[in-house]
Amino acid sequence: MNRDVIVVGGGVAGMEAAGQLAAAGLMVTLLEKDKNTGGHLANWYHLFPDRRNSSEVIHYLDKKIDHQNINLLRGVTIEEVEKHDDKFIIKTSGGKVIQSDAMVIATGFDLFRSEKKEEYGYGIYDNVITSADLEKKFREGDLRTHAGNIPGSIGMVHCVGSRDEKSGNLYCSKLCCVTAVKQAIELKEHLPGSKVFCFYMDIRMAGAMYEELYMEAQEKYGINFIRGKVSEAGETINNRLIVKVEDTLAGRPLKMELDMLVLMAGMEISEGSMTIGKMLGLKTGENRFFRVKDNHFGSNLSNVNGVFLAGSCTAPMNITDTISHARAAAAEVINYLTNER
Amino acid sequence: MNKFGFTMTRGRQIDYESNDKSIAEYIYSKEPSFRLCIECGGCSATCTTGNLTSFSLRELHILIKRGENEKVRQAIKKCMLCGKCTLVCPRGVNTRNIVFLAKQAFQIYEGNAV
Repeated sequence: MNRDVIVVGGGVAGMEAAGQLAAAGLMVTLLEKDKNTGGHLANWYHLFPDRRNSSEVIHYLDKKIDHQNINLLRGVTIEEVEKHDDKFIIKTSGGKVIQSDAMVIATGFDLFRSEKKEEYGYGIYDNVITSADLEKKFREGDLRTHAGNIPGSIGMVHCVGSRDEKSGNLYCSKLCCVTAVKQAIELKEHLPGSKVFCFYMDIRMAGAMYEELYMEAQEKYGINFIRGKVSEAGETINNRLIVKVEDTLAGRPLKMELDMLVLMAGMEISEGSMTIGKMLGLKTGENRFFRVKDNHFGSNLSNVNGVFLAGSCTAPMNITDTISHARAAAAEVINYLTNER
Repeated sequence: MNKFGFTMTRGRQIDYESNDKSIAEYIYSKEPSFRLCIECGGCSATCTTGNLTSFSLRELHILIKRGENEKVRQAIKKCMLCGKCTLVCPRGVNTRNIVFLAKQAFQIYEGNAV
């Protein structure tokens, strides 16, 4: 099939979709705005639930896009998109003009900017960090506090920028609970003498082997789970953090001093998605992610004919689901290009 | 009559069928966000009264919903209506208004101001 497809976004979804399309004999241009492919995966240390190194998945995806039918353009953004009949004509930041018969949008998510929840003190207190910052610390092998001490007690705040009317995000980001549990376990592995506390509203462990990981965190690692939403964090006179929460199961307010507080940042549709979405006239849903044509059997279809959606630009999604969703998008593209004319 | 020291112990259960839910119904009708509470306790954590007394706004909500009205009547007096709870609620529940409405409801249904 001598047809061209443009895949926008070189993260997990874009790489997988590009690989599938190329393997089916289509000519693919894969566009990535950053210098490197791999998206958020490149910033992560280990992955839930089996705690494999994220580089293994990157390696798999790199191999997947190492294909003669794939033209990978890195450090490139899209300046203009035009649609003439069934052809897409795009102009890139380098002034290059590319034509295609279909587009796959795989522009993914951004992490919620935790400084917006000012009451948690991200960007104000040195030892308040995000889940992404913690992954970086794991990768660098340095878990010390800002002052260079080993943290004796660490708190994890679930639902930062998710399920929160005040952040404008009513939806559940789905992955933060299991990320918190994974990170809590890894903190205990690196710092066996420390105490780790997860502050949660509900623990959502709906994924293969997630509940088991939660039980392991309780039984083997002694992670403490406290049911209550942290209302605010502050700093004591000797630079320790202090959090206020209601221990709802004890029915009493609780305060706790901590050396480090990790905010489990939720997922939002990425800025890049918004930009390309506007250019193409893609509809978004109430949660601001791209609106899919049908929740059950059209989850790769957008409102624009010939534009397909893959991965977490449609909803918060883990890597397993992202890869499946990207493969499904590739199948939809092949179906469209085979049957349309 | 001889008394042998026996007493009847009232059960601890919330008697859901016989409890009077008119206070709750009144609040549901005037402030639909009352239904959105997920009992996260953010309100209680930030509450000044709750940090100094046994008052818990989260608990108050559930007591209203279960029709445990006598407990509600006692607890509700402690709220200073400062509204900090409303500022932290992740579900956008108008918590302060719920206290207001509960007070109104006691007046309307039980003719008995709190």
